[in-house]
Amino acid sequence: MRRYALAGLLLGLFVLAWQGVASLNAVDDLTLASPVETMRALRDDWSLLMDNAGVTLVEVLLGLAISIAAGAGSAVAMHIWRPLREAAYPLLVASQAIPIVVLAPIFVLAFDYGMGPKLAIVALICFFPITVNVLDGLRSVEPELLKLMRSLGASRLQSLVKVELPSALPFFFSGLRIAATVSVIGAVFGEWAGADEGLGRLVLLGNNQLQTPRVYAGIVILTVMAVALFALAGLAERLVCPWNRKEAPSA
Amino acid sequence: MRTQAEAPEREPLSVDGTGVALTGVERGYRGRRREVVALSGLDLQVRAGDVVAVVGPSGCGKSTLLELAAGLQEPDEGAVVAMGTSDAAGRRTACAYMPQRDLLLPWRDSLGNAALALECQGVRNSEARRRAAPLFDRFGLADFEHARPADLSGGMRQRVAFMRALLPGRPVLLLDEPFGALDSITRASMQAWLAEALTEEPRTVLLVTHDVQEALFLSDRVAVLSPRPGRVVAELEVTLPRPRSRRAVVTDPEFGRLERLALEALGA
Repeated sequence: MRRYALAGLLLGLFVLAWQGVASLNAVDDLTLASPVETMRALRDDWSLLMDNAGVTLVEVLLGLAISIAAGAGSAVAMHIWRPLREAAYPLLVASQAIPIVVLAPIFVLAFDYGMGPKLAIVALICFFPITVNVLDGLRSVEPELLKLMRSLGASRLQSLVKVELPSALPFFFSGLRIAATVSVIGAVFGEWAGADEGLGRLVLLGNNQLQTPRVYAGIVILTVMAVALFALAGLAERLVCPWNRKEAPSA
Repeated sequence: MRTQAEAPEREPLSVDGTGVALTGVERGYRGRRREVVALSGLDLQVRAGDVVAVVGPSGCGKSTLLELAAGLQEPDEGAVVAMGTSDAAGRRTACAYMPQRDLLLPWRDSLGNAALALECQGVRNSEARRRAAPLFDRFGLADFEHARPADLSGGMRQRVAFMRALLPGRPVLLLDEPFGALDSITRASMQAWLAEALTEEPRTVLLVTHDVQEALFLSDRVAVLSPRPGRVVAELEVTLPRPRSRRAVVTDPEFGRLERLALEALGA
């Protein structure tokens, strides 16, 4: 409870400071909308914002689902087949060095305007933390434990299913928490590169049309979305891995 | 009471009366800088139904010896035979190997951890749990079937690990410092418990320990290993009567004599 109280206090201080700075005469209203103006925009544009947030949320969730399937799948493949790991791991790291901002327009060209490029970008940005964490988890199993499994007569598949995959679960959730937060950024980039709906597009449009309070309202919703996804991933971890009682940072 | 005369009754498991035999074993491994010879010219025989304890200074290759017997390693030279088979897969089937740490899976309850041994034999999960359940009473763990390892004491965890080792019903039991991680009071009670369990259900046991008293208390014979590269430098027959009570044993002059001999052989 204390944790939430402290986080709430800090948030409150931040909002106060924000309001304070926005109220200064030297600050242009077009540059910085105050919390009060942002709240007003949230109220007035609520249905517009929610319609677009729904679109973005679908992009984020589907993209996450793709990255979970692809990331966990390739981690297992790289784990059980060493040549693949040695060949693919450097490429995996290199893929992270390509700026998504640059890639997004290319994806839009390749996949057209619809949901496709957004899903591809979200999945690409989330793939890395999930793959790397699951692979680390699979490799974290103590050699003695695998030796024990061998002495018990376990097959390679039995060791994987009964020991290595469960051991990797807490690592998977660490990766998922990172992926959940960056997935929203991915969806926004995807929409900026070309979209006719979504919160990212609304924010970009609002920026061009000097509707500063609406831009801030969009950012607030995007932030809440990312934090909620992070918290959901943490909750799922506590439900799925109750044995893993380490004090996880929670939202 | 286990006497020499009764010993043959405990041997029907064996093909030729020999449970485990290591003959002329050489085994090295690649260390960080150079080749390390763990075992050299090692000869050790365990008659079926006997409990043999191996004591030696740390790093003398005791764990390597057990892994060789367990079929988890192959010797560079020499022969390792367990229950009449010398190939590694056959040794793995003949031996139950219990490593130093309990290595229980934290996400499984104790029943699931014990049942793991049967699941690896291809028994269905629910059936494996059903067959493991009756053991909990005998191991003094009734009502702890659904406790996770984190909620068990060190001694209880070790008993779950024992169940896991015993469940497949393998004739040879290989124990690597089974009580090394326990405090001395728990250790004493676990030793008494193991001695009793082995009287009820005799097995061929090869026990590695660095504790001479533990070796004398539990075994029929003690093999003393030299510092690396390990080989057997002394073998002591432990003729103390069974069942042994700890208090009776430590005051027995024979116990003191054997302990002195073992410590001399260890160079301590």
